Amino acid sequence: MTDGQTEGAQASVSLGTSHFREANERVRAALATADVVELRDVFAQRYLGCALPAGKRLEIRGVPGNDMACYLDGGSIEVFGNAQDQIGNTMNGGSVVIHGRCGDAAGYAMRGGRIFVRDGCGWRVGIHMKQFEDRCPAIVIGGDAGSFLGEYLAGGVIVLMGSPGEYLATGMHGGVIYLREPLDPDAVPEGLVLEPVDADDRTVLADLLGEYNDHFAADLGAPVDATGEGYWRLRPASSRPYAALYAS
Amino acid sequence: MVDYLLPRYKVLRDRDECTACGACVRACANGVHAIDEATGRLVADHAACVNCQRCVVMCPTAALAITRWPQVGAGSDNWTLEVMQDIAKQAQTGAVLLSSMGNPRDYPIYWDHLLLNASQVTNPSIDPLREPMETRVFLGSRPGMLKVNEREHAVLTPMPPQIRLDVPLMFSAMSFGSVSLNTQMALALAAKELGTYFNTGEGGLHRDLEPYADHAIVQVASGRFGVDPHYLNAGAAIEIKIGQGAKPGIGGHLPGEKINDEVSRTRMIPRGTDAISPAPHHDIYSIEDLRQLVFSLKEATLYRKPVAVKIAAVHNVAAIASGMARAGADIIVVDGFRGGTGAAPKRIRDNVGIPIELALAAVDQRLRDEGIRSTVSLVASGSIRSSADVVRAIALGADAVSIASAALIALGCHQCQDCSSGRCNWGIATQNPDLTKRLHPEAAAERVVNLVRGWTREVEEMMGGMGINAIDSLRGNRLMLRGIGLNDKELEILGVKYAGE
Repeated sequence: MTDGQTEGAQASVSLGTSHFREANERVRAALATADVVELRDVFAQRYLGCALPAGKRLEIRGVPGNDMACYLDGGSIEVFGNAQDQIGNTMNGGSVVIHGRCGDAAGYAMRGGRIFVRDGCGWRVGIHMKQFEDRCPAIVIGGDAGSFLGEYLAGGVIVLMGSPGEYLATGMHGGVIYLREPLDPDAVPEGLVLEPVDADDRTVLADLLGEYNDHFAADLGAPVDATGEGYWRLRPASSRPYAALYAS
Repeated sequence: MVDYLLPRYKVLRDRDECTACGACVRACANGVHAIDEATGRLVADHAACVNCQRCVVMCPTAALAITRWPQVGAGSDNWTLEVMQDIAKQAQTGAVLLSSMGNPRDYPIYWDHLLLNASQVTNPSIDPLREPMETRVFLGSRPGMLKVNEREHAVLTPMPPQIRLDVPLMFSAMSFGSVSLNTQMALALAAKELGTYFNTGEGGLHRDLEPYADHAIVQVASGRFGVDPHYLNAGAAIEIKIGQGAKPGIGGHLPGEKINDEVSRTRMIPRGTDAISPAPHHDIYSIEDLRQLVFSLKEATLYRKPVAVKIAAVHNVAAIASGMARAGADIIVVDGFRGGTGAAPKRIRDNVGIPIELALAAVDQRLRDEGIRSTVSLVASGSIRSSADVVRAIALGADAVSIASAALIALGCHQCQDCSSGRCNWGIATQNPDLTKRLHPEAAAERVVNLVRGWTREVEEMMGGMGINAIDSLRGNRLMLRGIGLNDKELEILGVKYAGE
């Protein structure tokens, strides 16, 4: 299929080496008439799925460029391969699924929706995620994470199946990080508490890991253990870590 | 631990005039005034006074005045009383000293060393009362050249989005949370009336302000509070906040006690938790990264909104501004070190950054030298105190200026520098409903409109005196300025001649 051809509520667009501005215009044009758009031959075009609303879906083959799914607003994006830096920037809601790994700064300041990464992720993932009322963002990472995972975390959930890098969760003042591998007691950052998960945590984990399996069990050849057993919970001791820092 | 701190101010009460009516007691959220039950007389807790002057203004018999605490230092110009008091405070608390508003220290104010020109004999002056004066400006990027179909009087070159200001000034960013909703509402009403813009700051756009969204510049800062596609598309323009003149290099920190239900909903964060804006945007480590954010915002708004980038005036400001222009910023905002804040570490506020006058001149010159000045707009802020400062800023190269401290002073602010306490008796820098109701948005907006109307009239008078009838002809017109009391280096950076030359 080429541009403009639709099959029911589906369309397919080949991006090739077009500039991101032209590429995104074509994607938006396709989304105007189709709820599901397949992008083929994607060559690192930025901002794919920018502010994609609920009810719309992109299926991406090739390599999407930086800032994919920025300001995502309820839409769904699935990448059949790796993703580059900063997916889900200030994401408001929706779903991002990566059949591979993602680069740095994924989920920056996201306040809703879910990001599933089959393999590992780069540095500074999940920085300053926040939650509000019924919106609780989640990032699930199947492999290892680079340094600064969950820095300034203010809300939401990060699940890490592999090892964290250095400076895990510095400045964290909200939300929770679930780690499958326990941290050395000396490695628990000041102001944070590491403890075994309880039944409520396992409910959250079973939901997120179950969805991880829905997306990736076929890729991996087998599902991961989705009971949440053996995970560790990292949480801030206080939501006001800097309350005594200042005198006026 | 014994408290070694002295009061900063002393309440002077004229006992002959005081009728013990209690207006001062009701005026003061700091609890300075009280009626002594035994004697029926009013007494003062001097140490609690921040000199906001609310009680002085509200006293019906003019019986009150606030003076400095009469204690003198020990005679040293080095170990002044203020320096020693700061040390005592930190010795007692181990804390970072917090302060508010702009840098109050005695650094040079270059505005006061720049004199304006007027026409005599040749190039006659213009009387703005009788002749049209153009105070409109447009902000946004401009194409390098225009293709015009002369036969059909049509511009063929696609024009980038621009915003129109009927007066060459806007209101700088002040977030809901740092200031009250009534303060933002007053500025929104004034902006609409004046044909200019208020700026949401980084705290989101409250739903009550949505009717004024076409007069709003919506800000995106490192915490991304309240930022979603609706917010980005609601405003007339978007401003990326990299830095702020009062606290360059420092993030924001709205303490949990100021996050009430309304602030929580607008920022989209839980009630009562600290709202922490990281010092940097953690996705911006380079000009290329800034470009990525600029264009993500353009994509999210379908290239219909100009994107401004705001930085604090710091040492290499000219080179940074050049990078910002090349990163796709449509408007460059430079905020000088006397710009205000709701809260900043005192040592940062008082010691970091450079004056806006030097920064503005350096940025304008650099962009002109590189041949890119005409592709971007330049906005200056950081203590614009009068219409004369507006004229000077435009002559130094600004397309427009932003004011905040001056607008707040119009609302009643007395620059007591105690914003961070949340006990603003003028209803500005507080979320306490008993205090915020003191500021009536319509009445407050009228004061701001009056101020800007007066300034605009004065700008027209000064331009007319120069024989200039449009802001466009004043912009970067440094021949209209002469330095006084400046050294050669200062004249060189400001790009002005000395008075008499």
